[in-house]
Amino acid sequence: MRGIRLVPSDINLNFIGMRFGAYMLSAFIIVASIFMIATKGLNMGIDFTGGTIIEIRTPVEPNLEALRSELNNLNLGAISIQEFGQVDDLLIRLPEQPEPEDWDKKESPNTIAIELVKESLSESFEGQEIDYRRIEFVGPQVGKELKLKGIYAILFSLMGIMTYIWFRFEWQFGVAAIVALAHDSIATIGLFAMTQMEFNLSTVAAILMIAGYSINDTVVVFDRIRENLRKYKKKPLPDLFNFSVNQTLSRTLMTSVTTLLALIALYVFGGEVIRGFVDALIFGIAIGTYSSVFVAAPVLLMMNIKRGVLSIDDKDTKETSDTAEAVT
Amino acid sequence: MVQIPRWKIFLILAVCCYGFAYSSPNMVGADARTYMQENLSSWLPHKTVNLGLDLRGGAHLLYQVDMKQVFRDREARFEEDFSNAMKENDLTKKSIALTEDGIVVELASAEEANTLKTIIRRDDPRLMISTSSDGATITVSLEGDYITQVQDQVIGQVIEVVRRRIDEMGTTEPVIQRQGVDRVVIQVPGASSDQVRDLVGKTAKLGFHLVGQPGKKNFREMTLPYVDEPGRDLNVKKNAIIDGEMLESAQPSFNQSGQPVVSFRLNSVGSRKFCDVTRKNVNKPFAIVLDNKVISAPRINEAICGGSGQISGGFDMKEAKDLALLLRAGALPADMEVVEERTVGPSLGADSVAAGKKASLIGLGFVLIFMVVSYGLFGFMANVALVVNIALILAILSSIQATLTLPGIAGIVLTVGMAVDANVLIFERIREELANGRTAISAIDAGYSRAMSTIVDSNLTTLIAAMILFSFGTGPIKGFAVTMGIGIMTSFFSAIMVTRLLVVLWLQKVKPKTVPI
Repeated sequence: MRGIRLVPSDINLNFIGMRFGAYMLSAFIIVASIFMIATKGLNMGIDFTGGTIIEIRTPVEPNLEALRSELNNLNLGAISIQEFGQVDDLLIRLPEQPEPEDWDKKESPNTIAIELVKESLSESFEGQEIDYRRIEFVGPQVGKELKLKGIYAILFSLMGIMTYIWFRFEWQFGVAAIVALAHDSIATIGLFAMTQMEFNLSTVAAILMIAGYSINDTVVVFDRIRENLRKYKKKPLPDLFNFSVNQTLSRTLMTSVTTLLALIALYVFGGEVIRGFVDALIFGIAIGTYSSVFVAAPVLLMMNIKRGVLSIDDKDTKETSDTAEAVT
Repeated sequence: MVQIPRWKIFLILAVCCYGFAYSSPNMVGADARTYMQENLSSWLPHKTVNLGLDLRGGAHLLYQVDMKQVFRDREARFEEDFSNAMKENDLTKKSIALTEDGIVVELASAEEANTLKTIIRRDDPRLMISTSSDGATITVSLEGDYITQVQDQVIGQVIEVVRRRIDEMGTTEPVIQRQGVDRVVIQVPGASSDQVRDLVGKTAKLGFHLVGQPGKKNFREMTLPYVDEPGRDLNVKKNAIIDGEMLESAQPSFNQSGQPVVSFRLNSVGSRKFCDVTRKNVNKPFAIVLDNKVISAPRINEAICGGSGQISGGFDMKEAKDLALLLRAGALPADMEVVEERTVGPSLGADSVAAGKKASLIGLGFVLIFMVVSYGLFGFMANVALVVNIALILAILSSIQATLTLPGIAGIVLTVGMAVDANVLIFERIREELANGRTAISAIDAGYSRAMSTIVDSNLTTLIAAMILFSFGTGPIKGFAVTMGIGIMTSFFSAIMVTRLLVVLWLQKVKPKTVPI
């Protein structure tokens, strides 16, 4: 029982030769992402903006137009209603409610707004039972704090990962890894700006996991580059890099495929609530795979690494010599 | 490589057994699970994974406690105390005022100011006192440790009272915790946020006050509105004769005319005081005040000395029941406001569990098939490790009673995809070494040893991301970080140890010349 191969073992694609094309593509992706983020902005969810969402399952197929006009008659600001996965599942968004001037600090205006919407819905469906599947309310102060927490989480994990790479490799590797990481994170955020998918706490979690995954891929390629740098002292660097990327290509693709298979199952069967999260992960895995081949390695090549620093370790040099024998 | 010491084999098998045994309560049917929970001793597997609110349905509310008001109240009380102290000690009070900096007291001379300072220090040494340049004005403020102590005390009381109230609902496993300096998070499985808000949102500060002259309010009185008659209000004395702390019990019941009322019993201090005051005030009204609103103002017909009584205020049965509950549980020491609220209904929770299960199984199926197709026999061995891995994740989640959320399920599915990575690295390396002309055993040996450092690096970087996510994340996201972190560690064990054991057993049994990979 011999397995099939995703890529032939003697594959030798000239990735490094393609690097200028890749630079152009990546530069385009990054510029476009930043442009999108700057002009369209992110569709921040209530986690960050504050506000209320109500998910309901209606007893009969709803008339969206009628519901919309009735809810907007409540004078609660711009209320949006959208279908959520299926026709009788609706997601209603209320903006953050201002505190009335004569507020007695007892019942929050947001709570009152939720009650008003419930009453109005109950009238619209003539008393038939409505299933309130989810009600979430986030106050503006908490929203601000969650936003700050999200930014810290992303920054700290980037720093943590960079420190680890620094520690395990030489600094050039760390810089190249961070370039690839930033590339993936910016592209993912850009995707959210472009599609106007909701950007919320789980998106931040997804970006962190993409960072973890992308660095994972990059580390595998870098490990091989380092190994080959020790093994082949004479080989020109571009060839050596290309050789290393090709050697690890099969593994890079295999792992991406298994991860994507699992994610596709989650996308199709996991339900509407985590779809945004899974969307981000699928895109991130794809771009992470691209960046470890086309961005991380070429950037490392640009960094002008010196072979000398790499062969200080005694044990490694010994290993290198016996590997060299095995190869010849 | 070809040999694995016997103790290691036992260890690997023991961990696998742990995984399957302790994850089993999650797999069996409901009857078997109940049997396990009821009949197995505590060290045997009986715990199941603890589902988060997003999966089982329930309410999550974050309350902000109004600490500013607490401190304003304290300062107002100190202001009164100081005024009394000055009167008792014949000091000249030129002025006293509450300001941003604290309580500013101006006396006739520096000597008098010193006397007051000594008295204040004696009564509460934690207060900060600063003196003006001429010595006659002192500023008393609450600072540092004192503030922290008051905050801790108030939050502690809030949690205590909220717990008593929630416990009366009879729900299982509510979570009531302090968050940060002045917030309290309340999570109640199976409840809606309305139910929780009704119970927690009310301060429930009860007081019996004597009533003042209508229209002639003096500084010892305050004007309060009636609870159910808008526009009507009443002058009552600021000091309560009886407050909530003097209540011994409160029950809903009916009065002679069959209306729902709340019957209460006072403790000995309360009944003595109530007896005393009512005897002196026969034929005058007194007001029953709840949260600064008048419930009713009955006339005192005769001295009430038995220590028990009834509060009637046109309640319906539910109102009487709720009020009795709130009075039993005691008053909150401060006002609170909801700043975050997340409720998941039972139907969405159940849907999410079903969807999560389906997605995990199908995702697992995809990966299992793909691995066998790609690596043949070795793929099969990796699959055994993958199944061990999932059992281990569930076993650990059940054992430490970590909370599984919907993103947590996504974390498990993602781990399924990524867990095979270690084996992919090893297998690809074996292929390469074979292509380089090594013999079967030497190629496998090299595959394992060469891939190892890469596996460690790649797992550790992902673990770093998971740990940071755990420390910054909230609620469901934390659940994702937990399953992801556990998954990385278990996959390290299963991919390295379990497949290696299988490969070694296969090598010993078959003694192959070539490797079918």
